[in-house]
Amino acid sequence: MEFLNTIEEISMDKFMQEVIRFKMEGWHVIQICAVRVDGGYELSYSFGRDYDMRTLRLKVAEDETVPSITQVFHTAYLQENEAAELFGVKIENIDLDFKGKLYRISRETPFKEKG
Amino acid sequence: MVKEFSTIPFGPQHPVLPEPVHLDLILDDETVVGAVPNIGFIHRGLEKLVETKDFKEYVYVAERVCGICSFGHGMGYCECLENIMNIEVPRRGNYLRTIWMEMSRVHSHLLWLGLLADALGFESLFMESWKLREQILDMFDATTGGRVIFSVNCVGGVLKDMDQSMLNNILNTVNDMEKEIRPVTETFLNDYTVGTRLHGLGVLTADEAKVMGAVGPMLRASGVSYDARKTGYAAYGELDLEPVIDTDGDSFARCRVRINELFQSFDLIRQAIGKIPEGDISVPVKGNPEGEHFMRIEQPRGEAIYYVKANGTKYIDRFRLRTPTTSNIPPMVELIKGCQLADVALLILTIDPCISCTER
Repeated sequence: MEFLNTIEEISMDKFMQEVIRFKMEGWHVIQICAVRVDGGYELSYSFGRDYDMRTLRLKVAEDETVPSITQVFHTAYLQENEAAELFGVKIENIDLDFKGKLYRISRETPFKEKG
Repeated sequence: MVKEFSTIPFGPQHPVLPEPVHLDLILDDETVVGAVPNIGFIHRGLEKLVETKDFKEYVYVAERVCGICSFGHGMGYCECLENIMNIEVPRRGNYLRTIWMEMSRVHSHLLWLGLLADALGFESLFMESWKLREQILDMFDATTGGRVIFSVNCVGGVLKDMDQSMLNNILNTVNDMEKEIRPVTETFLNDYTVGTRLHGLGVLTADEAKVMGAVGPMLRASGVSYDARKTGYAAYGELDLEPVIDTDGDSFARCRVRINELFQSFDLIRQAIGKIPEGDISVPVKGNPEGEHFMRIEQPRGEAIYYVKANGTKYIDRFRLRTPTTSNIPPMVELIKGCQLADVALLILTIDPCISCTER
């Protein structure tokens, strides 16, 4: 069975526009993943439609703020909260913002530093 | 006159919940008008361990994310690495993975049916469901040496083979179980009490299920024909498989889908045993992985997403697991709105939540 499983890099200025386009074309959010890289983060937003999966890859600097996609895809709130809480990614305007209290953990942003 | 709403805490400890979930329920009399989910009581940070464990050793951590979905987690992690390293798993290894994966589905669905019966106060049905599940656990014990954690997946294939007598043994058990399960499932599908509690409860339409990103039996019970096994990983590409769907979208439909998937799993095990080729079960792995891959696996509770990013050393940069429950909690919260307080526990149960996975 042939299906898409792609990763496409995207710049911050086109990001929300592309997210809205995904919504209009009937895609839904599959997953959001943060990865720590030198000087910041790599955020992967995967969208699904039928058996196709397309991932948008956004590179953000450590202090850069990322707009929440929950204004478009409400159900992404758990995964955005997780990225913010475990990695320290600055995500603004999450629909349901737990403000660092999604997980009851003793360390702040435990996934931010490697090793 | 201004309406007054009450907010009551639900969970994290509740007789119906096997694992801790908390909800703040906003009530208008006995009707739920709003719900805020709260998880996070057992977060363990297992994904982080990937940075300090050899990538081959991490399989044992991945499969300890959860005791029910254990096999699939190990397999999902391995499949990611095999894709990154261009490793072709021997066909026999893929068939063995498929057999164990379907045994896991039977084990998980029977566990859920037992929990449902228990939540309904139908104790004899609960005990029957879990008695049947014991046979699958015994088969796991006989084939892997473990009843919960199996440690048979490795990067490049599997670590244990099954000889023909063992395969025949599985076949006989599956055939016997199918006969024994039939009256139990008929009770779930035809009993008056079960029906009255589940029919029309928490209806999710196909459009809502798709938009909200529901997965697994929750998605298929709403009439959406999606099953990640159709992508053809392991040996699924060589087996006849059509997603089990239902159209009612209510709690009863979610129960019916899981019951029909039990019989589908028996069929897939029979097909796999009938087609399993001779040969190696794994290939040696040389070097370290470099690259990244997203992998979709249809776990019993729904589609799980595995992501590995590797940097060419034996330590991996990132392992990410998006569990079925993470995807099913937001639609569950929407379903709860409008239901009666007495039905909340049952509705939570019908998504078959796995909090261990979600808080890996």
